[in-house]
Amino acid sequence: MKIIVPVKRVIDYNVKPRVKPDGSGVDLANVKMSMNPFDEIAVEEALRLREKGVATEVVAVSVGPDKAQETLRTALAMGADRAILVVAEDVEPLGVAKILAKIMDEEQPGLVILGKQAIDDDSNQTGQMLAALTGRPQGTFASKVEVSGDTVHVTREVDGGLETVSLKTPAIVTTDLRLNEPRYASLPNIMKAKSKPLAQKTPGDYGVDIAPRLKTLKVTEPPVRSAGIKVADVDALVAKLKEIGVAA
Amino acid sequence: MSVLVFVEHDNASVKDATLAAVTAAGKLGEVHALVAGSGCAAVAQEAAKIAGVTKVHVADDAAYAHQLAENVAPLIASLADHHDAFVFPATSNGKNIAPRVAALLDVMQISDILSVESADTFTRPIYAGNAIATVQSSDAKKVITVRGTAFAKADATGGSAAIEAVSGSGDAGISSFVSAEIAKQERPELTSAKIIVSGGRALKDSATFNEVILPLADKLGAGVGASRAAVDAGYVPNDYQVGQTGKIVAPEVYIAVGISGAIQHLAGMKDSKVIVAINKDEDAPIFQVADIGLVADLYTAVPELVSKL
Repeated sequence: MKIIVPVKRVIDYNVKPRVKPDGSGVDLANVKMSMNPFDEIAVEEALRLREKGVATEVVAVSVGPDKAQETLRTALAMGADRAILVVAEDVEPLGVAKILAKIMDEEQPGLVILGKQAIDDDSNQTGQMLAALTGRPQGTFASKVEVSGDTVHVTREVDGGLETVSLKTPAIVTTDLRLNEPRYASLPNIMKAKSKPLAQKTPGDYGVDIAPRLKTLKVTEPPVRSAGIKVADVDALVAKLKEIGVAA
Repeated sequence: MSVLVFVEHDNASVKDATLAAVTAAGKLGEVHALVAGSGCAAVAQEAAKIAGVTKVHVADDAAYAHQLAENVAPLIASLADHHDAFVFPATSNGKNIAPRVAALLDVMQISDILSVESADTFTRPIYAGNAIATVQSSDAKKVITVRGTAFAKADATGGSAAIEAVSGSGDAGISSFVSAEIAKQERPELTSAKIIVSGGRALKDSATFNEVILPLADKLGAGVGASRAAVDAGYVPNDYQVGQTGKIVAPEVYIAVGISGAIQHLAGMKDSKVIVAINKDEDAPIFQVADIGLVADLYTAVPELVSKL
C-alpha cells in the first residue's frame, strides 16, 4: 500500500505571530518557518506503517511556494521515499483538496494522512474536503490508526472522549496531537534526503481551478487582555473570589 | 434567505452548542434546523422550541445514528436548493462534517466565526487567535462553523417551529461506527461550565492532579480542564484539553493552577470573564492575562483555598 502525506510550510510553532501595521496580514518576513506540527505527526504515522510492513511507499506532497521544498526535504529526511511539490502561493483548503484529489487519481494510495489543521489559518478543512471530492471515507482527529486488509480502524478524539470508526480503504485520516511523537531526522538522513526524488508541478498540470473564494479584507490584533492584580496570599484570594461572587 | 443550522445532539437531547449557532444563523436570515439521527424524534421536538427556529427538518434513519460524515454530508448537501447558508457549531462533530458538505457544494468554508459583519463577511481567528481576519466570501452558498463562546445562546424555549421529515441517501457503505468511550462526567461540561478549574504540567501525575484539582472543582461546582502539557503527560484524558487544538471555553471564572500560559493554551481560554492564576513562577506568562494572580506553591495554596472557601 502506498501512503500520501500532504505537508504545509507554516510559521514555526514557537514563534509569536505579529500582525502587520497596515492590517494586510501577519508578518512572515525573516520569521522561522517549519513543517506544520500536525503534518509531522502524519509523516511519522506513515513511516511507522511502512516499518510495520503495512505500507510500501510514503510520498510527501506540498502545495505551496518554492520554499516548501525545504519542508518536503524535512519529510524526506524523516524517511519519506519521494516528494511532489505543486508550486502555488496562498491556495485555500478547497483548492489544495482539489489538487490532492488529482494526485490521488494518479498515485492510487491506500491511505492519505494529513494534519487535522494548519497552525497558520486554523481552518481544519483539507482532509474532510479531499474525502468528499474523492468519495472516500474520513477518519478525522485520529489518536490511533490500525490497518487490517482493506479496512482501517481509526480512533478519533471527539468532544466527549474517543470514538472508533471502521473505514474502507482508500481512506483519508487526519491526525490529532496524541497519535504519536514524531522522530527527528538524523544528520546522515538529512544528507541522504538531498538525493531523493522531488518532482515539481503546477496547479495547471492538474487542470485545477484554485482561484480563491474568500477575500481577506483585513487582519487585526485581537483585543488585548491586560494583567490584573496579584494578591499576597490565599486569604486575599478568597476575599477577591467572594467579591466577584464565586464563593459565599 | 434561509439558513440551515446543524443540530448537535446525542439522539436524546439538543446540545448547548446548537444554541449559539442558532444566534449566528439568525444574523443571516430565517433559521431552519436539521436533526439527523436515529430515534431522534424527541430531539426534533426540542429543536422546534428553540427561539428563532421556524422549521425543523428531521432525518430519522439508522444510517445517521452516529452521524458519520460520509452519510450525513450528502443529506445536508441535498438540502442546498432550499437553503443559502449552512451553519454548524464548531464542535468535533461540526468540524468533521461541515468541510465535507462544503466540498460537495464546491464552497470554501468559513471556519470558527467570531462575528457576522454582513451576509458575506465574517471575522475569524487565525494563528491560534493571535490575529483576527475579516473575510468576505464570494461563494453563492455559505458553509460556516461557529465558535460557541463568541455568540449568545438562543433561548431553548419559546419557539414553535414546524417539523418536517426529510430523507437522504442513507448509508454510503464506506464507513461504520465501531465503539465509543465517552467519559461520564458528573461535573459541568467544559463548554457550558460557569466556572472551570484547570491544571497544568506542574501537577506531576494523574493521582496528584486528582488530589489537588478535584476538591477545588467540587467545592466550586466547576468543570475540570487541563493544559495540553497535562493531557500529553497522561494526567487526564484528551477531552479535558483547553487550547488552540482542544476546547475553546469562556466561563465566568477560569482558575488556572500550575499552568504557565503557552499561547496555544491562552487561545482556548482568554475570553473568560475573570481569569485567576495560581503559579509559583511569578514570571509565568499566565499572569499577563490573569485578573487575579497568586504567586504560590500550588500544593499548599490550593488545599488552603479549598478549606477557606
